[in-house]
Amino acid sequence: MSIRVQNIVKRFGDFVALDDVTLDFPTGELVGLLGPSGCGKTTLLRIIAGLESADRGQVFLDGGDASSAHVRERQVGFVFQHYALFRHMNVFDNVAFGLRVKPRRRRPPESEIRRRVRELLELVQLDWLAERYPPQLSGGQRQRVALARALAVEPRVLLLDEPFGALDAKVRKELRRWLRQLHDRLHITSIFVTHDQEEALEVSDRVVLMNQGRVEQVGTPEQVYEQPSTPFVYGFLGAVNLFHGRIDGQHLQVGVENLSLGQHEFQVGAEALGFVRPHELEIDTDLAQGSGLEARVERVLTLGATTRVDLVGADHAAGRHYEVELPRDRITALGLVVGQRVRLKPARIRLFSPPRPTERTPCAPDGDLVGGYGENI
Amino acid sequence: MKGVLIAVALSFFSLFLLLPLVTVFAEALRKGWAVYLAALVEPDALFAIYLTLLVTAIAVPLNLIFGVTAAWTIAKFDFRGKQLLTTLIDLPFSVSPVIVGLMYVLIFGAQGWFGPWLMEHGVRIVFAVPGLVLATVFVTFPFVARELIPLMQAQGKEEEEAAVVLGASGWRTFWHVTLPNIKWGLIYGVVLCNARAMGEFGAVSVVSGHIRGQTNTLPLHVEILYNEYQFAAAFAVASLLALLALLTLVVKSWVEWRGR
Repeated sequence: MSIRVQNIVKRFGDFVALDDVTLDFPTGELVGLLGPSGCGKTTLLRIIAGLESADRGQVFLDGGDASSAHVRERQVGFVFQHYALFRHMNVFDNVAFGLRVKPRRRRPPESEIRRRVRELLELVQLDWLAERYPPQLSGGQRQRVALARALAVEPRVLLLDEPFGALDAKVRKELRRWLRQLHDRLHITSIFVTHDQEEALEVSDRVVLMNQGRVEQVGTPEQVYEQPSTPFVYGFLGAVNLFHGRIDGQHLQVGVENLSLGQHEFQVGAEALGFVRPHELEIDTDLAQGSGLEARVERVLTLGATTRVDLVGADHAAGRHYEVELPRDRITALGLVVGQRVRLKPARIRLFSPPRPTERTPCAPDGDLVGGYGENI
Repeated sequence: MKGVLIAVALSFFSLFLLLPLVTVFAEALRKGWAVYLAALVEPDALFAIYLTLLVTAIAVPLNLIFGVTAAWTIAKFDFRGKQLLTTLIDLPFSVSPVIVGLMYVLIFGAQGWFGPWLMEHGVRIVFAVPGLVLATVFVTFPFVARELIPLMQAQGKEEEEAAVVLGASGWRTFWHVTLPNIKWGLIYGVVLCNARAMGEFGAVSVVSGHIRGQTNTLPLHVEILYNEYQFAAAFAVASLLALLALLTLVVKSWVEWRGR
């Protein structure tokens, strides 16, 4: 079933949680709502579920206006961040709850309920824990019970609020893959909220990036990662090197040095912010070269197949930090030594106009940003 | 140091709590079991027991319903005036029970605001059972609510939200999700409320009028007997209240233990 939210506005006192948000969630897709905490993503999810009401705007479920429908009538499955399992009921009764509270004429017979619950517990691989109580389960198990409970009522859409937020890294990764597989089997329209970019990119069919109550970009994981449409998206979706400079023909003039650019639509003399991912930066040990930014190697860290090099700007750019990712053998070939001076050459620069002071988008002051805007880099 | 503190605590406990309790039973049995039992089965005493049970049986359920409603409202919803309501719930703790009694006399008494109107319609509130109930309800008002509010606030409303999303009605959510979660806190509050309702003296004393066989509850009966120099009988009746207190302590400890 498709979901559409239109011109949703929600305020909490003076705080604008959602500022005119319009989005479409097509049938059968798993969409990740991604953004820093306080960006309004959970509020949007709760408005879709009917747990919160919007100050303005509409929610359409399957084309019909559901804005005034009660939570009970919307037939959504909701998985809470802290699971919200009924603590005095065992796993079986938790999952059966939604079926047992149905009005008598729509309630399946108890034998049918038992069969359905068993089936769901098998689906989430927890049939052996049916008699346990929530406090006796691990976080990952609780989350799966919560999911089975939500699925029991055969919801038209599944909404998940930070489903893996309270789990440790390893379980999180497992559950992520598992959720993806589950979705591929059930094809139920699903939205999940997360502040973890890796999670959103890995699990979703499409990602919606939100910031300060607005939608920044919507697209497939590849699209948003490869072609971020705003500086915020660029910064949020991974580590980034930022160069603040002025356009000079085919170059970005940064201080006294310049970086070569490809095609661009900026006017000569315009101020611009250049964004470069760590793997898009090249290291040149030949200092005599005219192009590139001079920097000093601070730390070389090899983890697996890639090596991360931390550098600090030289001379006028002193104090700015840069991060480069190179294949391991390339590092061996370069023979980098800590303290060595090198030139940084971007293979690709993505240019943005610097934000005007009136704009809402928060942006790094200038130049020395490694990492993103997110809280979890 | 530890030894000194324990000694201080124990002697304080013995002097101010244990000794009076022992005295009650010692005095009650001073003239033997026959006198003790006679004091309890005497008609006025039996009536006092009946009246105390009656007042409690009305006041406690009322405060149970009110307490749960108030706690639910305060813990699960945000609204204007929430802070004021929370403060008002504590009012009975900060007002002297005698003032409470006087208040009801001033409102419902013969010379009170509604007195003449009530007289015309033949309704007696002050110096009758309704007055006793009103005063008791007021005094025991906070026990259940006070116990439940922090508990329900700590539990949050996610479980209720989950139940509603799954299609449960508000009533069903209350019976199957909220109530089981607050069960032990609720029993605890009711036990304390009950103990206070049976033992209340000040407020009840003002609205009662001390009419034997009509408006005398157990604590008031004790006072009357004592003032009439029937010490053994007074202590015999008092020992009932003391036993009730001990029973309350046992139930309370059991609930605390189970609730964990």
